[in-house]
Amino acid sequence: MDSTTLVAHLQEVLPGAQFERVPSIDLQVTLMASPDTLHDTLKALRDRPELRFTFLAELTAVDFWPRAPRFELVYILVSLEHRLRLRLKVQLPSHDPHVPTCCDIWPAANWLEREVWDLFGIAFDGHPDPRRLLMPEDWEGFPLRKDSPVQIRMKPNASSLTQVTAEEFKANVMKDRLARS
Amino acid sequence: MGIEEYEIPVITTQLEKVVQWARRSAIWPVTFGLACCAIEMMAMSCGRYDIARFGAEVFRGSPRQSDLMIVAGRLSRKMAPALRRIYDQMPEPKWVISMGACASIGGVFDNYAIVQGVDQVVPVDVYVPGCPPRPEAVIYGIVQLQRKIDQSKMADYRKKPA
Repeated sequence: MDSTTLVAHLQEVLPGAQFERVPSIDLQVTLMASPDTLHDTLKALRDRPELRFTFLAELTAVDFWPRAPRFELVYILVSLEHRLRLRLKVQLPSHDPHVPTCCDIWPAANWLEREVWDLFGIAFDGHPDPRRLLMPEDWEGFPLRKDSPVQIRMKPNASSLTQVTAEEFKANVMKDRLARS
Repeated sequence: MGIEEYEIPVITTQLEKVVQWARRSAIWPVTFGLACCAIEMMAMSCGRYDIARFGAEVFRGSPRQSDLMIVAGRLSRKMAPALRRIYDQMPEPKWVISMGACASIGGVFDNYAIVQGVDQVVPVDVYVPGCPPRPEAVIYGIVQLQRKIDQSKMADYRKKPA
């Protein structure tokens, strides 16, 4: 399926939405979506019978600082049924970048969105567990932003281990069980 | 030609020397592999290099049973409190070997995520250079540590500054 057909399918569901076809050197279908219609677009991509992108292969971001708009969020989607791959991009501004979460569409997005939040500071509205994933929980700043310092001369904090209490641990486990049942 | 030939099967020595001999002859390391250095550390404990020759082959899963911490690999800032906690859980007397360039000075990882030398977190007795050090180098480090233990006094361990 080429990008023209794909956009036609999407615009049947979302009549107002604009999609820009981006040329890519590896000839993979690449679309630029708008952040306002992002959630509906992703839902349509998964649910429409001609598309059925049921597999979120990757969700990451790129910082093009000092260009404006600064961030690009990249979704790599796979349709196992129709043997399709799609690269969907969203451009975000440097001030308060945020998009709606897609955890309700693909549960796999949970940790991927946490990682993007942790390293780029792009917020996902409505995320069920919006904590840092890789960096220490008391870390300040977003290290994969281009204006973030790489080398820091800071004494490591070895005294306080960030740890949940027994009550918090039990509550987390119960929450997890309820979500699975 | 042994102790059996003496009528009284007793030898006299200094308690100090016996204690330090016992301590240096059975240095049990805690399992603390962090990165690729840990592969060399495992090779060191296996048959070809056989650290059992120096009485240090018993890698313990619990810090409460170990005397030595071999910090093998790069230490991230997030890991630093965990390393310190393991070290604090080890009973005195205890020693630390900083294995490899990353553990000693940060190595090639001069960035925000990696601690630039584990001596910022725990007191280090022996630094083993290399990237990663060969098993012989780490064995040499352990022998150096044994010499250090031999030369130290029991009183040195009564109050060891953290």
